[in-house]
Amino acid sequence: MWSRYPRRPGLVACGVEELRRRRREREAALRKARREQQLVSKRLLREEAPEEAGGECAAAVLGEAEVQQFLRLAQRGTEEKEREKALVSLRQGLQHPETQQIFIRLEGSMRTLVGLLTSNRALLQLEAARCLHELSHSEQSAVAEACLPATSYLLTYLSGHSSDFIELCLYTLGNLIVESEVVRRQLLPQGIVPALAACIQSPHVAVLEALGYALSQLLQAKEAPEKIIPSILDSLLPQHMLRLMQPGPKLNPGVAVEFAWCLHYIICSQVNNTLLITHGALSTLGMLLLDLAGAVQRTEEAGLELLACPVLRCLSNLLTEVAVEAMGGQMQLKDERIVAALFILFQFFLQKQPSLLPEGLWLLNNLTANNPTLCTSLLSLDLIEPLLQLLPLSNVVSVLVLTVLCNVAEKGPAYCRQLWPGPLLSCLLNTLALSDTEVVGQSLELLQLLFLYRPEAVQAFLQQSGLQALERHQEEAQLQDRVHALQQIALHG
Amino acid sequence: MLLPGALRARLAGTPGAAEPLPVERDPAAGAAPFRFVARPVRLPREHELFEDGDVQRHLYLQDVLTQVAEEPERSRVPEFTCQVAGCCQVFAALEDYQHHYNMLHGNACSLCSRAFPSGHLLDAHILEWHDSLFQILAERQDMYQCLVEGCPEKFKTSRDRKDHMVRFHLYPVDFRFDKPKTNKGPAMRGSEADLSAAALVDEGDVMEVCSDPAAAPPAPVGERRTYSHRVPSTICFGQGASRGFKSTQKKNKHH
Repeated sequence: MWSRYPRRPGLVACGVEELRRRRREREAALRKARREQQLVSKRLLREEAPEEAGGECAAAVLGEAEVQQFLRLAQRGTEEKEREKALVSLRQGLQHPETQQIFIRLEGSMRTLVGLLTSNRALLQLEAARCLHELSHSEQSAVAEACLPATSYLLTYLSGHSSDFIELCLYTLGNLIVESEVVRRQLLPQGIVPALAACIQSPHVAVLEALGYALSQLLQAKEAPEKIIPSILDSLLPQHMLRLMQPGPKLNPGVAVEFAWCLHYIICSQVNNTLLITHGALSTLGMLLLDLAGAVQRTEEAGLELLACPVLRCLSNLLTEVAVEAMGGQMQLKDERIVAALFILFQFFLQKQPSLLPEGLWLLNNLTANNPTLCTSLLSLDLIEPLLQLLPLSNVVSVLVLTVLCNVAEKGPAYCRQLWPGPLLSCLLNTLALSDTEVVGQSLELLQLLFLYRPEAVQAFLQQSGLQALERHQEEAQLQDRVHALQQIALHG
Repeated sequence: MLLPGALRARLAGTPGAAEPLPVERDPAAGAAPFRFVARPVRLPREHELFEDGDVQRHLYLQDVLTQVAEEPERSRVPEFTCQVAGCCQVFAALEDYQHHYNMLHGNACSLCSRAFPSGHLLDAHILEWHDSLFQILAERQDMYQCLVEGCPEKFKTSRDRKDHMVRFHLYPVDFRFDKPKTNKGPAMRGSEADLSAAALVDEGDVMEVCSDPAAAPPAPVGERRTYSHRVPSTICFGQGASRGFKSTQKKNKHH
C-alpha cells in the first residue's frame, strides 16, 4: 500500500534544479558522515523535511495539555470517529521532536498508546502504530527507549496476517534498532530473530522489503558480529535470503536489494562465510550477476545499479574465502559468462554510476587472480582493449586495471603472447608519464612480467622512448629500485 | 566503452569456458625489487572504495523511509458493514476493512470468539483453554509452552511460563496475550477477574457495552462454554468482537 520508488509527493512542487541541488547536499552530508564513521545513524536515514513540502508538515507542535487531551479522547471517547481523529492529531504532532519529548515525559502516555496498539479497534490500532512509527524516527535515543514497552507487541504482530500493519511494524522496529543498543539488547531475547525468520516466508513484497530494511539495520550494529550474526546464521534466514535473490520471474529487485545488503554485512563480519558458501551463495550471486547484465541491456529499469553494487561486493569478498579454493573451483568460477557480464556492467556503470567501476574492477581482480580459465577468457573474449579504455578514468581505476593485467601476464609466456603485440605497450608508456606513484609502480610490475615472458617487446619499448619514460621516476624513493632493474633489463636483455 | 560485438551473445550462450592456456611461471617473476603477487583481496566494510556505493544506498533509503512515513492513500468506497456474524463495524475504505478483518476475525477462536494476532497464539489458547486432554496431561508433565516463537521451553503452570517470559525474554509482566485463565464468567470491565485474558481488549475502556445487557451474566466455567454458544448471532456486542457461533473461522484441530 505504501507508494514505491520514484514517487515523492512532497517534492512535486520543486523544480528539477532544486531537486538536484538538494540531492547534492544530501550526498555531501552522507559522504561526510561516512568518513566520520557515522553512517549508521538515524539522523541520516530520513531526509530533513523541507519547509515548503506538503501538508503533512503543517501540523503544529503540541503542548502537554493537548497531548493529554488527545490521548484521553483516543482512549475513552465514545464516538469511534472521534477517537480516531484524536490519534491522527497526535500522530501529526509527533512529527515534531518537541512533541515527542513532551509525550515521553508524560506519565502513562506510552502505556495508553500500547493499550490502543493492542486494542480490538482495528483503526485505532493502526493509528497507534503510526504514532509509534513517528516516535521511532526520533534522533534521541531516549525517545527510542521510551518505546521499549511496545516491542514485544510489534514482534508478536509480525506473525499476523495484516500485511500493511506488519510492514509498518517492521519499519518501526528497523528505526528503533538503529537508534539504540538498549533496544537491540531487549529485542534479541524477545525473539526478533525467530520472528523475522517466520515473517520472511510472507509472500508480500512490501513486507519483505520492510523486513530486509529492519534486518539490514540489525546487521550493521557494532555488536552484530558477536551478538547478532551468529544467531542469524543459525536460523533459516540465510537460506530464505538467498532464495529471494534467485534470478527468475519471481525476483523482485526491491526485495533483492535489501537482502543483498544484508548479505554484504554478514559476509564482511566474517563470522561464518563457509556456511554461506555451503548454502549456495556463490552460485546464487553469480547467476544474479548474469541476470543483471542481461537486464541492463534490455530495460530502462531504474535502480539496477542499486542491486549490482551489493551483489558485486558479496561475490568479491566471498571469493577470498579459503573454502572456495578447497571446493576445487566451483562451476561458477569456470564460467566465462561471468566475465562477459562484468564488462557489460562496466559499460552500464560508466553511464549510470561511474563510482561503481572500482568495485567492479576489484571483483575482476578476485575472479582472475588465481584463475587461469578466466584469464584466458579475458583474452579469448577480446576484453583487453576495453579494459585499457578504462585506464584514463582515474588513478584508482588505473591501478586496478593494471593489477588485473598483471594477473593475466604473470601466468606465463602463453598469456603474454596474447598481450603483445597490441595496444598494451603504448598504454603502459602513457601511464609511465603520470605522476601517481601507485599507478607508475603497478606499470613497472607489469613491464617486468612482459619483458620476462615476451622479450620481443623490449625492442618496441626502446623504440617508443621507453627509457626516457623510465628516467622520469628514477629519483622517486618508492620506484627507483624497480626503475633501475627495468633499465638494466631493457639495455642488456 | 566499446565492447566486442560477440560479448552479448556470449552472455546469452551456454555456460563454460575455453580450455585455459598453459600456465608457466618463471621464478624471476615478481622477484625483488619487484613484488607483484596475484591474489584475491578482501575489503572490510569501512573501506574507502565502498564510499560511493554506501552513499547511494543511503540516499535510496532516505527516499524509501520518507515515503513510508507518509499516509497511504486509501481507496474510498461506499460504506459497508463487516459480514462476520455478530460484528457490526462499518467501513468506508477497503484497506481499513482488510486490517480489521485480519486482526479481529483472522485468528479467532470458534469456541469463545476471542481474537488473536497470530495463528500461533490462537493455537496456544485453544490448547490451554479448550482442550480437556491438555488439562489431564498438564497434571503429569510440563505442557505450558513458551509463547515466544522459536523457544522450545515448556512449563508446569502458566505462572511458571510467565516468569520465564518475563525473566528470560524480557517480556512485559502484563503481556496482553498471556493472561491466566480464570474460572469466572465474561468480563465485567474494571473488575479484578480480568477474564479478557488472551483477547484483544481496550485497556481502560468503560464497561464493554452489550446492546442486550441481559444476554451475558457471569457463569461458572463449565456452563460458560456452552452458554456462549447459545448467544444468538443477531446480538451485536458493539465492540467488533465476533461472538456469534456462526463465526466463519473454525479451528478444528483440537476437536
